Amino acid sequence: MATIPAAKIRFREPQIEMAHGAGGKASRRLVEGLFAPLLFGASPGPLGDAAHIQINGTRIAMTTDSFVVKPLRFPGGSIGELAINGTVNDLAVSGARAEAIVVTFVLEAGLPTEILEAEVRAMGQAAEKAGVRIAGGDTKVVEHGKADKMYISTTGIGRLLSGVEISPQSVQLGDKVLLSGPIGDHGITILLARGDLDLEANLTSDTRSVFPLVDSLVQAAGAGVRWMRDPTRGGVATSLNELARDCGHGIVLFEEKIPIRDSVRGACELLGLDPLHIANEGQFLAIVSAELADTALQALRATPGGEEAQLIGEVREQPESSVLVTTLYGGSRIVDMLVGDPLPRIC
Amino acid sequence: MKFVDEFRSPELITKAGEEIRKLADPSRHYRIMEVCGGHTHAIYRFGLKDLLPVNVELIHGPGCPVCVLPMGRIDDGLALAAEPNFIFAAFGDMMRVPGTNGSPLEYKARGMDVRIVYSPADALKLARNNPGKHVMFFAIGFETTAPSTALTLVRAKAEDLQNFSVFCNHVTIIPAIRAILDSPDMRLDGFVGPGHVSTVIGCRPYDWIAKDEGKPVVVSGFEPLDILQSIVMLLRQLRNGEAKVENQYKRVVPWEGNRAALRAMAEVFELRPYFEWRGLGFISQSALKIRAGYAQWDSEQRFTVPGVRVTDPKAAQCGEVLKGVLKPAQCKLFGRECTPEQPVGALMVSSEGSCAAYYNYEHRKPVTIASAAAF
Repeated sequence: MATIPAAKIRFREPQIEMAHGAGGKASRRLVEGLFAPLLFGASPGPLGDAAHIQINGTRIAMTTDSFVVKPLRFPGGSIGELAINGTVNDLAVSGARAEAIVVTFVLEAGLPTEILEAEVRAMGQAAEKAGVRIAGGDTKVVEHGKADKMYISTTGIGRLLSGVEISPQSVQLGDKVLLSGPIGDHGITILLARGDLDLEANLTSDTRSVFPLVDSLVQAAGAGVRWMRDPTRGGVATSLNELARDCGHGIVLFEEKIPIRDSVRGACELLGLDPLHIANEGQFLAIVSAELADTALQALRATPGGEEAQLIGEVREQPESSVLVTTLYGGSRIVDMLVGDPLPRIC
Repeated sequence: MKFVDEFRSPELITKAGEEIRKLADPSRHYRIMEVCGGHTHAIYRFGLKDLLPVNVELIHGPGCPVCVLPMGRIDDGLALAAEPNFIFAAFGDMMRVPGTNGSPLEYKARGMDVRIVYSPADALKLARNNPGKHVMFFAIGFETTAPSTALTLVRAKAEDLQNFSVFCNHVTIIPAIRAILDSPDMRLDGFVGPGHVSTVIGCRPYDWIAKDEGKPVVVSGFEPLDILQSIVMLLRQLRNGEAKVENQYKRVVPWEGNRAALRAMAEVFELRPYFEWRGLGFISQSALKIRAGYAQWDSEQRFTVPGVRVTDPKAAQCGEVLKGVLKPAQCKLFGRECTPEQPVGALMVSSEGSCAAYYNYEHRKPVTIASAAAF
């Protein structure tokens, strides 16, 4: 087997900071500047949610993810469900049906068994609901204080759906941006569940498998689907900025079309956060050709869970490699990736 | 009334834009300063500049309490909290502000106990919950946030809480505006007055701007319609040759201010004889100091502050941008050596900093998109 020639490391920062794990610019610098050159060689191509691997003529998708969540349980779900759904979704948006997942637990000594049991139970239920097999796993226990109760890591494999070929390069001018439903639910739920803020809202995490929606989309409009992503950490802004950077085009979003619940909007206004930067665990974005955009939208809306899907924007020449949000009254602003985690404002 | 949606109504905003175009005399070039960093951000976030005619220019003022702090004060705060049993507590906005040896977040990564709090009361709670540690609250802000710091100190004293102190960097807005008007570089026609500071100090403190300097002031809210309406009101005054103080933000700002808040501030704070501001130099009577009666809870009186003066890096033009002499993109370091990820000055990372607003929302906007309301 040929060795991948290592490319030059471009990551120059002397130490790892929290920002490097937040899914925004700093994370990208770490992945592109350190991991990619050392592991993928000089020209790795765009980095997607899952890897596509050929084994004896069969193409499978493979993905890995880790879940470091505080608090472990929150309205609408828990770390166990996030782990399963997150993995299923990464495979879904790379055009694959999840077949099997293996799980690693890193447990903190002193963790009450009932907490572990609750999470494992939740994972089993989520896997059954998503139609995916949990095929095995590993467990490590570390000293008290070395893991925030538990860290979960998953690796999932899936079978690629036929009729869909996605890559950023296939995105064309005039293509439309499709969003499966309201954004910001998960991130704001977590923020409020941490209890640091004296804010309450009737909000739950949106964690779920998006595969049924992706499946409907591919069946109805597979030929027109250019790209998909689940906007988790870093939000819609980060996912679309990554796409814009990879394809070189501009992505223009129409603010009034972006579905956001009032409670999420309200919390974001109070804290000075942009809903476009907030994590989602049950939504996905797709770029669809103009001809098939309406078909795609109707297919989502006709699928249970996709009723609030919207076409929220389109691909244009300007602004190059960037994302722009426009308002009904003619104003506009650039939306960039965050550097690290969104920080609430002062006054 | 939802208080947000009405003030973002596309129809009303479009109408306000038309009104501005009607009022703006094409033979004049208007220079209006929005003092408050929150207004700067709102203007860019809502793309309001796109609605203004070319001859109505908005100049960004120094109303960013983090931006105007010289780097030395950040260093001082971090030095104080470097002791092993200290907790450094500050608002989220402070976390990425660069000191000489790094930002609070970087110090946190190196092992200092740094916590984000959403109010000084949270810092007090931290102190109660951590009796073995000393909590130092790095207090910043104009008169908007000073009252809550004051009330927190009152509470700390009442509880005789020993493991809590405040490193006070509160500054006052009027001397900053005076310094702007005294500056020979500035030629301004009017002011969009700070909305939240005014909820505390009221509208009277701006009287001298209208009476003595002959410049109209309109105290404004932060929604797009608020800001546009304030510009309408300013242009109307300028057209009629008037100069008075008006309150556009009536739903929130009382003309007389908040007496209780002002009383709390007077109880706890006094004015420093002078204080150094980034960009504006030493200004007398412009910053708050904790009174002797609360010395126990004043980090500066309880511990030794290094007090080193640190000048900005030579190439950085933070001062000129703060004064409004330069636009963010005109600073030589903007977007190159100075970005939100590698900030040289606080203006690029603060949520009230004009460089951050410009970088995040504006500077890659294509000129052509701006006017096309056709989608």
